[in-house]
Amino acid sequence: MSYTLLIIALPALMFLILGLLGNKMKPVVAGVLGTLSLAVITVVAYITGYEYFFGGVGKAGGEAFQSIIPLNFEWLRFTEHLHIDLGIMLDPISVLMLVVITTVSLMVHIYSLGYMKGEKGFQRYYAFLSLFSFSMLGLVVATNIFQMYIFWELVGVSSYSLISFYYTKPSAVAASKKAFIVTRFADLFFLIGILIVSFYSETFDFATLTNPDAPFVGTALGASFMGISALSWALMFIFIGGAGKSAMMPFHIWLPDAMEGPTPASALIHAATMVVAGVFLVARLFPIYFFGTPEVLTIIGYIGAITAAYAAMVACAQTDIKRVLAFSTISQIAYMITAMGVSGYGGHDGLGYMASLFHLFTHAFFKALLFLGAGAIIHAVHSNEMKDMGGLKKYMPIARWTFLIACLAIAGIFPFSGFFSKDEIMVAAFHHDKVIFTILYIVAGLTAFYMFRLYYRIFHYENDKHYHHAPHDAGATMSIPLIILAIFSIFSGFVPFSELITADRLPFEAHIDIPIASASIAVALVGIGIATVMYRKKTNMADKFIAMFPWLYKGAANRFYFDEMWLFVTRKIIFNCISRPIAWFDRHIVDAFMDSLAHVTNAASDKIKGLQSGHIQQYALVYLVGALLFVAAFALCVVCFICK
Amino acid sequence: MDLSNYLLMKPELSLTAVFLLLIIYDLFASDKTKKYYFPVACLLFLVHTVYCFFLLKEEGTSFGGMYIAGQAQAAIKCILNVGVFMIFLQANNWLSKPDAIVKRGEFFMLTVLTLLGMYFMISSGNFLIFYIGLETASLPIAALVAFNKYTHESAEAGAKYIFNAVFSSAIMVFGLSFVYGACGSLYFDNLAISMFSSPLIIMGMILFLAGLFFKISLVPFHLWAPDVYEGAPTNVTLYLSTISKGAAVFALMVILYKVFPLLSGVWTDVISIIIILTITVGNLFALRQNNMKRFLAFSSISQAGYIMLSVFNGTQFGMGATLFYIFVYVFSNAAAFGVITAIENQTGKVNMSDYNGMYATNPKLTWAMTLAMFSLGGIPPTAGFFSKLFVFSAAMEQGHTILVFIAFLNTVISLYYYLLVVKAMFINKNSSPIECVSTDGYLKISLTLSMAGILLIGMVSCVFEYLRAVSFGIW
Repeated sequence: MSYTLLIIALPALMFLILGLLGNKMKPVVAGVLGTLSLAVITVVAYITGYEYFFGGVGKAGGEAFQSIIPLNFEWLRFTEHLHIDLGIMLDPISVLMLVVITTVSLMVHIYSLGYMKGEKGFQRYYAFLSLFSFSMLGLVVATNIFQMYIFWELVGVSSYSLISFYYTKPSAVAASKKAFIVTRFADLFFLIGILIVSFYSETFDFATLTNPDAPFVGTALGASFMGISALSWALMFIFIGGAGKSAMMPFHIWLPDAMEGPTPASALIHAATMVVAGVFLVARLFPIYFFGTPEVLTIIGYIGAITAAYAAMVACAQTDIKRVLAFSTISQIAYMITAMGVSGYGGHDGLGYMASLFHLFTHAFFKALLFLGAGAIIHAVHSNEMKDMGGLKKYMPIARWTFLIACLAIAGIFPFSGFFSKDEIMVAAFHHDKVIFTILYIVAGLTAFYMFRLYYRIFHYENDKHYHHAPHDAGATMSIPLIILAIFSIFSGFVPFSELITADRLPFEAHIDIPIASASIAVALVGIGIATVMYRKKTNMADKFIAMFPWLYKGAANRFYFDEMWLFVTRKIIFNCISRPIAWFDRHIVDAFMDSLAHVTNAASDKIKGLQSGHIQQYALVYLVGALLFVAAFALCVVCFICK
Repeated sequence: MDLSNYLLMKPELSLTAVFLLLIIYDLFASDKTKKYYFPVACLLFLVHTVYCFFLLKEEGTSFGGMYIAGQAQAAIKCILNVGVFMIFLQANNWLSKPDAIVKRGEFFMLTVLTLLGMYFMISSGNFLIFYIGLETASLPIAALVAFNKYTHESAEAGAKYIFNAVFSSAIMVFGLSFVYGACGSLYFDNLAISMFSSPLIIMGMILFLAGLFFKISLVPFHLWAPDVYEGAPTNVTLYLSTISKGAAVFALMVILYKVFPLLSGVWTDVISIIIILTITVGNLFALRQNNMKRFLAFSSISQAGYIMLSVFNGTQFGMGATLFYIFVYVFSNAAAFGVITAIENQTGKVNMSDYNGMYATNPKLTWAMTLAMFSLGGIPPTAGFFSKLFVFSAAMEQGHTILVFIAFLNTVISLYYYLLVVKAMFINKNSSPIECVSTDGYLKISLTLSMAGILLIGMVSCVFEYLRAVSFGIW
């Protein structure tokens, strides 16, 4: 399986080629090169997936799927045990991620050929897409947590550079900085968590870290700090890192702003791949979470549920279509996180784990489809605002139908893919925690409501608006990815997930729980129904509804003032109480000390300049006197020594 | 006479052959064929350089211990060869000028001759051979320094150099006579056995070392260096500051380790004091220089202080670090002087203030200079960082914490003045920066070589590993 190295190496190479030589090529050449290389990678990833799941490679050792490491080399050695390796590890979740990432990335590459046509910096865009693909693929195949961390940061960097792609726009620059700083802040905790864990386990390898019977688990559980065991602290910190990337509360603030980037990049990074890194992280370390620190897992479940509810409410009140999708992403990822939190281990108990990754899989396709569809619409009407749209169904049939499919999928209507994965999450939550189940249930209704609000406002909602140019469906490069993703959105629910990806890696029998399934379809239909009544035609019902709950609407529209809270904490408290005094100390004490050193040195330099006179008599004198002084000093020493 | 003794001296024989061929070519070739003198000379020397790489493994002694061939000696000879080759490549433009073209053969012959002297210094096992080598190396240098004899500065520098060199030689021989008188031999091996600690021998040793310190230009024996460096033709300055210094450092190290291991307590203290003086004084003077050549002269004085940090610790690691430092220093200085040569030849400007805003007109040269300055200052990932690292760790190994701390503080100062050059080129505004300088192909090769050296030598760990493997120490 060593050909999997290609999956990592090719995008890295492509990044170098496009980054260094991009400006020497024509834009089209750069785009096609990038797309072709990704197509190759996609094929390799599919072959890997087939070989692993169905070709017998994964099950070489018996019933359960094995982790296989085709490549690994030692990069840095600290102690006898502790060393950082770089390698490739294939196990069910990493192979799953390979397939998801390459598929979505390929679609985005093709789509961008049309969407980004004529943009300044087209080559740079493709170079960064390659960098992102490289780092994301490297993240999922990491053999050890430190390698994962390295690629984790690389993902952050490429996300940063793609958000600020339009770097002449101040809002894009601000958004990229915000995304980078917030996620980086969370990553600090991730690093601390890694250090704590590796301190006890003396290794970074996942093979040990995911083994709940390993001896370090006991010692780390035994050591406690402030009444909480070291392992709990470490795993909580690691989860905070994941929460930062996956935009869980309270770190979600960067994701809506990140929509300043080009829409296809948002589809790839901020909808389908990078933002699910947190889910992947929990899944990667799941055994240790479950057996070591179940209380942390419970916290994770609740954080997910609260985030899901919060984001769904906010999504109902947004008017920028990309922001609606951003909050919907937050809400759906929160679903996955919650599912992790309510999961058990082994057999049917591990339903939550399986459902979480199942939802990750299906969500990647329909959310990418929604973003790309939104991109096509924005491309056509040159605006992100709902008020500039409406009645587009007759102009853009392809965008409309594919968008509708994605909306149905995300709302969880049978037989679209979202239905299957969401249903499993609901079942897992129902058996584990009724409170979480209730929250998720309501959120499912809200999801259906805001998605169809979006759909109706874009494609129906006849307002007496006249478009300057009649909008029309985009060309083939943009339409074909939409259609392919729509097919994925319909059928990916039929993948027999419970036989492939489970917590204990043994297949189990999962079946649709009819009462819960029908209940969630019912609440989705109610949501769709309300949206239909309120937004299909232009009526004043929505305004009336807002008038009934003005505070709720205002709060949701302003994202419940989370950004302001962060600003208050950073600007007012941290800047004033910590940063300013430190800056003062730095300027007046540290700098002043250094400056005075420099002055003294300079003055000394001026003073002794005269010694270099240019007279060789003087040179010879200094030479002789110097030599004789040394002789005198050391010969005398010896004389004294001998006399003694 | 047993001719087989000569078989061990292959590098010297090869160099002598180069020298003879160059003389014959210069004397008997017609003016028409002399057009190719420069490329032929470079090619001949290249052949010699490559040939020496095949001799790295030769070991043995001949002429009863007067001549020593060892792997460390072979390695330093190769390093010097590479350096001299780069100097030759840089000289084309200067030697093509009307007043220099008639005597361009002399430049090559004299340089090769001094190099031959250095070879003997390096490989000597007897003070007599050592002294002959030293004089063979230093007398032609005086001629080289005064090469542009019709310019006032060059002639003055030549006179200053010969006076100072003779003075230091005299003191050195004076010191040697004490050692000989006390121990009764000039062979390194015999001396090491019959050595004992007495005021007379210590006096002899210190006077002898002063002569070598003069070559390496350590404080307080350095005063000649800035004047001579400034006055000499730029290529000769490069030769003086790298090749001549490197050879002297190596010879010093061999003599300290082989002849005076018993007195290591004394010379360790002497060199400690000299290191502090050298680094500090070199840095303080370099801070305020405007003439680039004078500036690099003081920089090379302080660099010599850093080299001594690893010389005096007497271990195999120390010698490896020293060899590595010399190797890196050759490349860094070659890059810096290459840029200075290119600019001086075309515009005649050698002041730092002339370099203001150079990036706008000469981006490539600016980058070369920047890399050289980074390497001299010791900024990673350039090779200069690694060489400083090894030198410091060599000194730390022997517990010279305070010394390393002082040296470390001085790197901060040195960084300041090295970055001054970078700042001048990139940041300082200038309404009329140096016009776009065109360089000839040879100089380009030399600059490329040194760039590659600066970037790669540190990274490719086998270089240092090799140099350490061939080194030896007292213990």
